[in-house]
Amino acid sequence: MTAANVYQQRPTTGAKAESSLHHADLASLVGKGRNNAGVTVREKKLLGHLTIRGDGHDAAFAAGVHKAVGIELPGALQVIVKGETSLQWLGPDEWLLIVPGGEEFAAEQNLRAALGELHIQIVNVSGGQQILELSGPNVRDVLMKSTSYDVHPNNFPVGKAVGTVFAKSQLVIRHTAEDTWELLIRRSFSDYWWLWLQDASAEFGLSVQA
Amino acid sequence: MLHIFCPHCGELRSEEEFHASGQAHIPRPLDPNACTDAEWGDYMFFRDNPRGLHHELWIHAAGCRQYFNATRDTVTYEILETYKIGEQPQFTAKASGEKV
Repeated sequence: MTAANVYQQRPTTGAKAESSLHHADLASLVGKGRNNAGVTVREKKLLGHLTIRGDGHDAAFAAGVHKAVGIELPGALQVIVKGETSLQWLGPDEWLLIVPGGEEFAAEQNLRAALGELHIQIVNVSGGQQILELSGPNVRDVLMKSTSYDVHPNNFPVGKAVGTVFAKSQLVIRHTAEDTWELLIRRSFSDYWWLWLQDASAEFGLSVQA
Repeated sequence: MLHIFCPHCGELRSEEEFHASGQAHIPRPLDPNACTDAEWGDYMFFRDNPRGLHHELWIHAAGCRQYFNATRDTVTYEILETYKIGEQPQFTAKASGEKV
């Protein structure tokens, strides 16, 4: 094991936790949108996010991650979802692991044990970003209004994830199922994205899911 | 809007995802203390400003956040190739008969 300081960063004492969209009070908006809304937004909050960096060409690194996470190391622009866990390619030497909230400490320990003395870095970034899940028949229309990237299924199949410009900022778009897309957003931009999504999906109808 | 091929993402992306970071292939002197002021100043501040082919450093800021090199024609803005750091360009001013 390395001398990296690994510790439980999530309070286990039942301390109050707020997502970066807490102020928008999404819970109070559930069921208030139009019937048959074209876009449904769901906040996937307070999950465990870990960025993993290492040499993707090193078979020992790939095998170690596979062993610890149970998911093969994804190649360029890929996201692999397995149950509540997902592993995503962010760059040639950088991946993002998302686990259910509270499991990130154990996941980090598993990874460090499996990767041993390899030249790696694992950082818990759970507090810095979160996911907004968009689903419904009109999500692609909203994405087309927001980004210059081609989101047609021919170019953007399920299982692909790209970092790109979106509205006036940037984020990562993940295509997780036929009509389901996830936006990986920075916490300081949460309010902007929420306002943007309300505006961009108004014409199709927006509903909020808990 | 240009489309630029990111050698890491392996596909063409919109220009707005990228930033240019100046001239490429500028090695840092191995022993800065042994440099004269002129050499160090040259390394720090002086850049080529060619008319024609230019090798440039770009970063895919909104995507994979990696640097890579591009060979660009400063007259037509045509990007002839992009390649990873550490690789050598296929297109050079010499090969195409222009003065560097």
